[in-house]
Order: sequence, then structure tokens, then C-alpha cells
Amino acid sequence: MKNNNLLSVQGLNVNFNSHKIVDNVSFDVIRDSTLAIIGPNGAGKTVLFRAILGLIPYKGKVTWAPDAKIGYVPQKLFVAKDFPLTVSEFLHFKEKDHKIIHEILNSVGFKDVAASHIHNDVRVLKTKLGALSGGELQRVLIAYALLGKPNVLLFDEPTSGVDVSAEETIYSLIDKLKAEKDLTIIFISHELQVVYKYADSVLCLNKEKICFGPPREVVDKESLTKLYGEDVSLYQHHEH
Amino acid sequence: MLVCINIMNTDFIFLILTGALAGAASGYLGSYMVLKRMSLVGDALSHVALPGMAIALTFSVNPILGALVALFIAILGIWYLEEKSEIYPEALVGIFFTASLAIGILITPEPELLEALFGEIEKVTRTDGILIIAASALIFFVTRAISQKLTVGIISEDLAKSGGINVSKINLTYLLLVGLVIALGVKFLGTLLMGALVIVPAAAAKNISRSIGGFQRLAALAGFASTGLGIILAKMLGFPSGPTVVLVAVLLFIVSYLFKERAY
Repeated sequence: MKNNNLLSVQGLNVNFNSHKIVDNVSFDVIRDSTLAIIGPNGAGKTVLFRAILGLIPYKGKVTWAPDAKIGYVPQKLFVAKDFPLTVSEFLHFKEKDHKIIHEILNSVGFKDVAASHIHNDVRVLKTKLGALSGGELQRVLIAYALLGKPNVLLFDEPTSGVDVSAEETIYSLIDKLKAEKDLTIIFISHELQVVYKYADSVLCLNKEKICFGPPREVVDKESLTKLYGEDVSLYQHHEH
Repeated sequence: MLVCINIMNTDFIFLILTGALAGAASGYLGSYMVLKRMSLVGDALSHVALPGMAIALTFSVNPILGALVALFIAILGIWYLEEKSEIYPEALVGIFFTASLAIGILITPEPELLEALFGEIEKVTRTDGILIIAASALIFFVTRAISQKLTVGIISEDLAKSGGINVSKINLTYLLLVGLVIALGVKFLGTLLMGALVIVPAAAAKNISRSIGGFQRLAALAGFASTGLGIILAKMLGFPSGPTVVLVAVLLFIVSYLFKERAY
């Protein structure tokens, strides 16, 4: 593995029963870069994530740099509304120091009400995990991941379960965190416009690797057709 | 009042306290059973103890020991199914529990059958009491130590595993403790009803809890109160202890359910 690589994946194969879900995928992730993984539903994006996290069996080679410390933000958590666990208790599982928890909550954006931000994060600390909105839960999960002081963050579809107005802020938050904390970021997305805006490189996945490289160089009509079929107009880059 | 004073000799107080302690331990453990959505499994798990007790009685061994062995075997089976299958094979577990109960009824010596099914508090010995105190201490200590990992594992197995938690080991440890607490309680409540003491106090506590810490404390308290009160009531009214304890717990559940909305 090259020195400036944080992760190297060689010939990754994942099968469920006799179905091939991920077919011979190889890519490298450079330290402090942002990699986006895109592809249609059922392309194996989440499975690829779970394989490189070591959560499921796979064939091939997944090599993390020896100093890699992974923070993982899962796609969705189904926490029942009546699950008795407050945000405070959840975050205390990872960190006992209140001050650090407050700092992290601030950095993931629980300070929107500038004048009363202390009250704001106190409120969120006392809220049950299952009673948070989609956007709030995602921020709390990011905070949970950050409390382990990771140098690489894996996000599975940072916007699922979040309404459109909050989506922009999750991505800008990821971007801000990256600038502040020297993080390498790998995220799964289905939206090309965020990929153009936030990723240094992109891995297009549809069971096998369709393209890999800087988004503006490797995402073209041919790779999009291979990814999404003929009807690609929907996925083309809109300028804002 | 007279009845009340009459029955309060030291032996009986020792019985109430050990029973209530086992109740507290099962309420505390039960909190996770409810969160894991394994209430029905927990409820019926105690049936498995019967054939173990029957074999122990036949060989004049302490029935708690027989119950423990049978429960541990069942726990290993449940754990294996939990690990290996995507969908929980409920029907299979139900059939296995019922089969154990049926076999147990057939092989339990006739004079002891009623006692094994419904519990007989008079038969709880000093040795049993000391065993219950030691095991309850172990249960509180170990559960507290694994409680955070267990909770993260229930919320998301992926989140737990990616954080380096050995979910399958934690689950097995937890389930073995559940087996232990049921074995402790069978003499008080019997194999038919002991499982209810794992589930009902915890379900009652969940109705009015916002935090996991509060939930666990309340579940332990509800287990303590229903067993303690149940044993006293049973003695005063001349009822068998098992059904009385379970009904007190169910009453607590109904009361807590009425207050449910306030916890939101």
C-alpha cells in the first residue's frame, strides 16, 4: 500500500448465497481526501461499505493504514419512539466528559439558535433518540462517530431520512468537519450534484466498478448509462 | 393486622427478601429482553426448566441445578438461532418450549409436579437463599458491566461491531444471565410463571421511562416490589405465591400504562 493511502481495496468480491453483490472492485482512498460512492439502488453500495468495515464476509483484500481510526455513520437507525435512551446517555457511552460532548454537539450544528445555544443542546441531550427528527438523529450519529476521535468517517447516504432543506446543511457540515479535523471521508450518495460539489474522487458502482477518479473527469454519458441505464437525464448535473 | 404480625417471623422475612432480590435481578435483566423484542421468548423460556428439574428430582439433586442446566442448553440454542438466522424462527422456539414442558410434565414425579409448575415458597431452603443472594449480586455486577455494549448492539449491530464490540459474545453472556435468573426464581414462581417475572416488571417500567438508566432502576424496583408484595399477599390470603406475584406485577403494568402518555 502506498504511503499516502488510507485505504486500499483489491479485488473485492461479496456474494450472498449464490448472488454476486460486489464483483471484483478495486480502489484506493488517499489520506485527507473525500471519496463518493454512487450507483443505483441495489448496486451494492451499502454492502461494499459493510465489507470494508469488516461486518460481513468477503473475498479480496481490504487494507487500512495502521493508524486508521474509523468512525461509521450508518444509513438509518430504526430506534422506536418509546426506546428509553436519551441522547445524553447514548453519547456518554463513548465519552464521559460533558465538556467534550458539548463541544462535539456544537460542531455538528446544535447551535442554530445562537442566543440560546446552550439551552438548545441541553434540550437535545434530554431528548430520546427515537424522538429526534431525521436530521437531528443524523447529527447525533455524526457526533457519536466523532467522539471516538476518528481520522476517517464513513457515511452511508448522509441525506436519507432528511428533508431537502436540511440536506444541504448535512453536506456543508461534513465539509466543515473535514476542514477542521483532518478527516478522510467516504460517503455513499445517489445525488450527482453533491458528488461534484464535495468529492475529490468518485467510485461509480453497479456490482462492478464502472468508473473511478475525479468526478468531472470520469463521470460522463457512457459511465452514467452503464450506471443508471438509458434514462440518465434525471441524474445530470444541474447548476444552482 | 394480627395475621400480618403472625406471619412475620425471621424465616419468612428472609424468604421475602431473597424472593424480592431475585425479582429485582429478573426485572433488571428483563429490561433488555423487552428492548430486544424477545418478550415472548423470555416469557416462555422458563418452561424449559421443567425437564431439568424433573431429572434433578429423580436423582435427588437440587432442582435449581437441574433447571439451570436445562436453561443453559436452551439458551445456547436461542443464541445460535439469533446469530445464524436473519429472521427469528419464532415458531421453532415456540414448539421447542412447548415440547420441553410436555416432556417435563410426563417425567416429573407426581408429588412434586404441582410444586414444580407453580412454585412452592415453603420449599425454598437457606442454601437456596444464599445461592440467590450470590447469583443476584453476580447478575447485577455483570449486567452493569456489559450494559452499554448491549444497548448499542440492540440499537444497531453494525454500529456496535464497527466500534469493536463483540456483539455475539455480549449477547451470549446476557442470555446466560437470563437463564440463571430464571433458575433462581423457579422455586418461588414455578416453571409456568417465572418467565413472566423477567418480562412484566420490565414492560411496566418501560411505560414510564425516558432514559435507559431510569428504565433499569424502575424495572429492578418493579421486580422487587411485585415479588415482595406478592409473597406477603399470598401468605396473608393463603394463595400460591407464583400467581399472586405475577398478578401484582401485572397490576403494576396496568397502573404504569395509565401514566404512559406523560413520559413523552
